[in-house]
Order: sequence, then C-alpha cells, then structure tokens
Amino acid sequence: MKKIISFVVNGIEHELAVEPRRTLLEVLREDLGLTGTKKGCGIGDCGTCTVLLNGVATFSCLTLAIQADGCSVETVEGLAEGGKLHRLQQEFVDHGAIQCGFCTPGMLMTAVELLRRDSAPSEQDIRRAISGNLCRCTGYQKIVEAIQAASEKTS
Amino acid sequence: MSKHRILNTRAPRVDAVDKATGKALYTDDLKRPRMLTAAILHSPLAHARILNIDTSRAERLPGVKAIVTHREAGTRPYGVSPARYDETIFCHDKVRYVGDEIAAVAAIDQDIALEAVDLIKVDFEELPAVLDGRTAMEEGQPQLHEMYKNNICAQIRWHFGDIEEGRKESHIVRTDRMTSKMQDAAFMESQSVLAEMDCHGDLTMWSSTQAPHYVQRTLAMALNLPLQKVRVIKPAVGGGFGPKASCSTAELAACLLTMRTGQPVKLTFDREQVFLHSRARHQFFHTMTSGVKKDGTLTFLEHKCVLDGGAYASFGIATMYYAGSLLGGPYRLKNMVYDGCRVVTNKPACGAQRGHGAVIARALFEVQLDRIGEELGMDPIELRLKNVMEAGETTCNELFVSSFGMREALEAVRDSAAWKKKRALGGKTRRDGKGIGAACGFFVSGAGYPIYRSRTYHCTVVTKADEMGGGVTVMSGAADIGQGSDTVLAMITAEELGLPLDDVKVLSGDSRLSVDLGAYSSRTTLMTGHACREAARDVKRQILEAVGGCLGVPPETLDLKDNQVVSLAGEIDISNLRKEFLKEHKGFASLPYCPNLTFSEASRIAFLERGAIVGTGKYRPPPLGGSFKGAAVGTSPAFGCSAQIAEVSVDLETGEVTVENITGAHDCGFAINVTQVEGQMQGSMMMGMGEALMEQIIYDKKGRIVNANLAEYKIPTALDMPHLDAIIVESDEPNGPYGAKEVGEGAIMPVIPSILNAIYDATGVRIEELPVTPERLVAAIKANPVRPSQKS
Ligand code: FES
Ligand code: FES
Repeated sequence: MKKIISFVVNGIEHELAVEPRRTLLEVLREDLGLTGTKKGCGIGDCGTCTVLLNGVATFSCLTLAIQADGCSVETVEGLAEGGKLHRLQQEFVDHGAIQCGFCTPGMLMTAVELLRRDSAPSEQDIRRAISGNLCRCTGYQKIVEAIQAASEKTS
Repeated sequence: MSKHRILNTRAPRVDAVDKATGKALYTDDLKRPRMLTAAILHSPLAHARILNIDTSRAERLPGVKAIVTHREAGTRPYGVSPARYDETIFCHDKVRYVGDEIAAVAAIDQDIALEAVDLIKVDFEELPAVLDGRTAMEEGQPQLHEMYKNNICAQIRWHFGDIEEGRKESHIVRTDRMTSKMQDAAFMESQSVLAEMDCHGDLTMWSSTQAPHYVQRTLAMALNLPLQKVRVIKPAVGGGFGPKASCSTAELAACLLTMRTGQPVKLTFDREQVFLHSRARHQFFHTMTSGVKKDGTLTFLEHKCVLDGGAYASFGIATMYYAGSLLGGPYRLKNMVYDGCRVVTNKPACGAQRGHGAVIARALFEVQLDRIGEELGMDPIELRLKNVMEAGETTCNELFVSSFGMREALEAVRDSAAWKKKRALGGKTRRDGKGIGAACGFFVSGAGYPIYRSRTYHCTVVTKADEMGGGVTVMSGAADIGQGSDTVLAMITAEELGLPLDDVKVLSGDSRLSVDLGAYSSRTTLMTGHACREAARDVKRQILEAVGGCLGVPPETLDLKDNQVVSLAGEIDISNLRKEFLKEHKGFASLPYCPNLTFSEASRIAFLERGAIVGTGKYRPPPLGGSFKGAAVGTSPAFGCSAQIAEVSVDLETGEVTVENITGAHDCGFAINVTQVEGQMQGSMMMGMGEALMEQIIYDKKGRIVNANLAEYKIPTALDMPHLDAIIVESDEPNGPYGAKEVGEGAIMPVIPSILNAIYDATGVRIEELPVTPERLVAAIKANPVRPSQKS
C-alpha cells in the first residue's frame, strides 16, 4: 500500500505516493530524478548516498522515504545557487579533490554539515567527519585540503 | 618561465564542476523509455555439474519479459586473451565458482527480476572444489577446465643472462617468500550497464567500462553481431583500477536481453556482485633468491611465482608475465630466471588491478633488498642507489628505458623525509614501535602491444574546429574513468592551438568516435596524448594555411597564440578579413578585441575557405621488446619509476600499525597536469596501504566469500590515511608527448614494501603473508623475542 508523503527537497515541496519499503535514496533518484546522490553499496557502508535530513548528514540508503515525511532534504543538486558554486564545491574543484567523482556528492554533503556545525575544524576533525565516506581515488589528501580551504574562507 | 601556457599547470579538471554539482551522469543514472531491469542468477556452489535448468515458474511470473540461459546465449567461447577463450556467456556444463553466472532475467522492475531469479530451479551435481592455489596443479586434484591440464592455465620459464655465473659472483645469497590474498579493487561505482537494440538492429550499450573498444569486439564476437552494429558508450565512470577493463557477463546479458525483448535493459551490480565478479587482484605465492657482491652490486634473481587466478583466465596470462618481467628494472640486473605458473581454482576469476601483476613481486623483491642490505651492513637507500639503472640502458629482458628519474626520485624522498636523521635515530633495527622504510618501483607507460594480435593503431583522435568560429571539439574513444584523461586531452589541444581551456570540448569514451584501446596499462597520456597533439597540429596547420592564403603570407610565418593569430614576420594587414567577419556578425556583441586576428576569426575564415577543418592524429608504438615467448608483456614505449618512504608506528601489544607519513616521488616524465599527477600518486598510496595492511578477500570452506561488502572488506578511511607527500620528478621522456609518461599505476609499486620495511624497522619482525593484520603481526612479535643485538 502506497503512502502519501510530503517533504521539501532543496527548497521545493513535493508530495509523493511511495511504497513504504522504498528508501529515500530510491525515491530521490528514481522519482525525483535527483541522480546526483549515489548508491555505492546500498547497505550503509560507503557514504556515497549521504544527504542532509533536517540538516543532519544521513545515509539515504538506510532511510525509508516515509521517514522523510515532513522533513527537509538537501542533496548535492541544491548546493549551487544562482549559477554560483557553493564554496565547498569550488574548493573541491580547485584542489583536485574530485577524480572519478562518485564519492563527491556524499563527501560534499558531509562537509557542508561539518562546516555548519564547526566553522574552523582541525584536520583531525575533518578526517573524523568524513570517515564514513569512502573514496578510492584520492587518498583523501586533496579532499581534506579542500575542506580546510573552504573553512578558512568562512572563519 | 615555463615554455608552456596550459601544460604543467594545476588547471581544474574539465569534468569537475559537473561532478561537484551532481550533473555528471554515470551509467546507473541513465533512463530510457520502456526500460527493463535485469537480474542475474549466480551459482551458489563453487564447483558443480549442471544437470537441469528449469525456468518455467520464473517465466510465468507477471512482469517478466525474458529469461536467458546458455540455451538462448549459445556456448561460443570468449575471454580476454584469444589463446585462452575459456568463458561462455552463461554456464552450460558446469559452474566453477560461487557467483558464476547461470541465467539472467529482464522484468518491468527490479523486485520482479529478483523474484524471478529465485524461481529458476537448477539441479546440480556437486563436485569437489579446488580452493588452494598452491596445490591446484598437483596430480589427483579435481579439474576445472578440460583445456587446462592439472589446472594450469599458463606457465612460463624465462632465462636471461647466466644465473650460475651470477651465483658465483655473489657474496651474499638469500631466499625469501611472500604470499598475498586475493583483493578487490573496491571502486565506489559498481558495474552498471544499459543496453538498447533499435529497430535497425543497431545495438548501443552504455557501460561503466574502462575499455569500450575491447568490449565492442567481445560483444560482437560473443553475440555474433557485425562489429559496425555494436556501439559502446562510456558515461562518467566511478573508478575502474583494472577490473572494469574486461567485458563482463553483465554487459553480455543486458545486450542479449535487449535483443530478445526489443526494450532497453539496465543491469547494475549490487556490491556483493562486484566482489563475486571480481576480475581483481590475483593471489600470489612468490619465492625469490637473489645475490649481491660485497659492494652491494646485484648479481642475479631467481624467481618463482604461482598465481591463483580463480575460475577463468581473464587478463591473467598478462598478469603472470608482468609478475616476472617488471622485475627487470629499475635495478641493473644481468641474470634473471623466472618460473611463472597461473592456476585456476574454484574462486571468482582474477584479472588486472592497478600495478598489474607486479605489485606483490615488487613487494617481495624490495623487502629482500632490505634484508640483503642488513646482512651487508649497508643502508637500504645506498644499496638501491648503487644498483639503479640510468636512461639509455636496457634490462636483461630487453626493456629499453629511454628516460629514468629513478636516482632523482630516491634522493628526493631520502632528503624530503629526512631519512638519514630518522634512520640514524634508531641505528640498527630496534623494537620501539617506530619505524621507517623505503622502496622503489618500475612500471610500463602503456602496453607495447594490443591484447589481440594486430597492427592496429592503439588510438586515433579527431579534432574539429567549430565551423561558426571559436573553439574546437576533440573526439576520441579514450576512456576517462576518473583518472582525468579528458582533461589531459583538452590541455594538450588548448596548448597547441593557443586556446583557453574552456574553448576545447572533449567528446570521448564512445566506440563510434575513434579506436582507442582504453584505460589500462597506464597508456592514455602517452598514447592518446600523442594522437591528440598530432590532431591539434593538423587543425592548426589547416587554419594557418587558409588564413595565410587569404593574407598572402606563408603559413610558416604565422602562429596561434593566446587566442590569436600572430605573425612571426612583421606586421600584416588583416583589415579585409576582419571586415568580412564583422559583416557576418552584425548585431553581435562580442567582437574581435585585439589588433591581431582572433582564433574565432581565423577558424571561421578557414571554414569559409575550405569547409570543415578536421585534424586527425594517431599513435602506435614501434615494434618493441625481444622475441622470446611472452616478450610482448612488459614492453612499453617508456617506463615510469618511483620511490617511497613510509613511517609507521606499531602498537607492540596489539600489532596495530599506524602509518604516520608517506613521502613518495614518481617520475612521470613531465606533468601535463600537476594536480592530477599528485592525485594519482596519492590514490596509489591509499590503495597500496590498504593492500599492505587490511585488504583481503576471505573465503569459507565452500569457496564462498564471507566479506563481500565494504564494511568487512576494509579499505582505508580518511582517519586511517596519513598526510601524503607527493613529489613529482620530471625526466623528459623522449617517446612521450612533451616528455610525459605514466603515473596511474607505477606509483603504487613502492607503497607496500616501504610499509613492510618500516614495520620491520619498528618491530624487528618480517611478515611473509599479506596483509599485515594486527593478528599476524602480534603473533610474529610474540614468536620472535628481541635479539640481544637489537636492544639498546
Ligand atoms: S549507498 Fe548508502 S552508505 Fe553506501
Ligand atoms: S573521487 Fe573516486 S571515489 Fe572519490
């Protein structure tokens, strides 16, 4: 039996009928076409599906869509505003923190949450915050540098 | 000042913004109207005869559109290496590993496809399985394939120089062993395929592949289609590292299903299927004996290796050859014997993975050098410096090294990591839990020969000037899988044509655009880079000829620079050409802004004069290497080399290793993009560190993988990784475009041994079985009480 849910995704309100067992990840990707959020494992091991649920970095593969009922969801597609990249996106681009890019959306959302919480994190804080987001390409070095650079520009 | 404007800079990748905004499309992000979803039935048994496959219940399930087994797919053999076609699309007589593919279903949604797979009934007669590569070749073992007697899939004995002579010259001779476990590439994007056959019988397949060209060939061959009817497109790919270089059952199954249903079919592996399909790192069992003279000069190497390759050949023949051939460098070694033997076992098939075949061999050899140095009382870096090759030398197995920054790389890490000071602090190997270790590596910059026998060009590039004037479009079959090859092609083109990077657009990864052998053996920068430069120069020549013709000046006196045509022979009158251009553009705001003719004007005028301005480029290496059996593997137009120092601390109670620092130097010839070279080095450090300390596929007694997920198959997280220091060495490779050669794989070579040597420095024990887990290390520490000489 489908359930009607309503939630705000990247500032836009949506009302959808969804099967209760479907994940937020599936609904974002398949029903709303927001394919920026990635599925690297589907079982909570990789972090590529990270979105912000009411501002909290959350694995959307482990979240049922119906749990997002009444919530606000932010995905990578919502970061750039008015054709201008979010400063974290810009630093990721400038520092070479993106190679294959498959971890990037989840990594960015985790970093957004971190910088909202703490505008001047230490290197260790950054590493701890992104330790649930796997990246196989970069060795994390340039990702950490990009987040550091973005935080310096805020504080 | 650099003579380049765009090359050798830190230009951001051309695809970075799309990837940062979620706009980049990967295969699983694609959708087609009426698209079906497919699922695969995998074998639950490691080795069994198939008695019967009953799909009748599955066929009756509403929503199921097609089911394919060997009956529909046929049993035409295919594989990677033409001499070892040992796979069929689906199993027909036997299954050979847990995960072997038996059938595939296309249905209107994934739930139905998965349910249908469960409804397929297969009767098996279970057979005894071969699970240990060390004994797989013994008499009396169950046999996997008729074509591989005693389960030996390939075997080679190489003999270079005179090993007995080497032995006689030796002051010290020692034998060491090392074994590893099968490993997974653990790219973040699992394999995904979308296949669609249209009413003309044209098959298009989008796939997360590293090698559209080889996949196109395999599809056409295995599905019995004309080559020109098969098009392979590679969207954005979330990492490959080797396993995505061979054609997979997912690709073949999705194509078969679209051919039967007339509807597009998508098939995306879940993470467990990535592990089951594997085609990743082999398990290696190495034994090496080598000798040195009193002064540290290497005298010989006798090397035996058994490779456990799992159920099928895949890339494994090349893996076996690479495991031997790449020890020919980076040290002067006159005498070398290699006995390689690849066996098949009832486990997922292994194939290529970053540092193809050579990684564990390198690890053992570099550990052995350290042990020799210790016996000689010689500093490990001194010992290496004593033996490194120089540019212009040829290895005993006939690999010619045209540029070689090995000495420079080793000295760079030595000085940058303050080796002398840190090493001296410990003096002789001690056991205080703090250690430092060094190692070197050597790798090809593109395989010298294609996988199938042919004198095919390895790549072509077509570059077309925009007919409206302005930028250019580069068209290439090359596969950017995250390593950044599109950016390299754009930078080369922009450099040659004097264009801003933004005005060069790259279309790539499509078998229809050009032949390109793909992203493997670290070949794209050197090979496709050559073709790309040639195509850009061809465009430039045509534009300058056309413009020169109109201006009445010889084209050799003109050049393209800073988005303009500049005259090398004094002032020229461009007013007529400019007038014509302005007339065409009445009402346009952005008009020429400088006294010189702009690139926009020049390319538009060239079009008005000559029609389409299309430049082409191609590359094929010259004949390389010796004439002995297997000599082709290991040949390359150029060789990269690298050195690394790792610093570790070990908890002597728990055996936990923390890598505190990694300093690596890699000779990439010339860094086309500085940031990307560092990125490849840092990624290699991470992968090598994972392989050294935590990564291993674990099987149960029935041949089932017990850790087929990213929680239990551990790869390093940001917290595990130390600061990574990447030093670029540029040796100006004569066979590379602008002097450039590889970095993608060579940089992983010294990672594992530098960590192993550091662990020994920290603990006084050597671990011969990788990965060095805390359990293994703590057991070894307990078993080896500190020797008196190591105290103090
Ligand atoms: S897809 Fe959600 S954690 Fe991997
Ligand atoms: S950039 Fe490829 S996984 Fe992070």
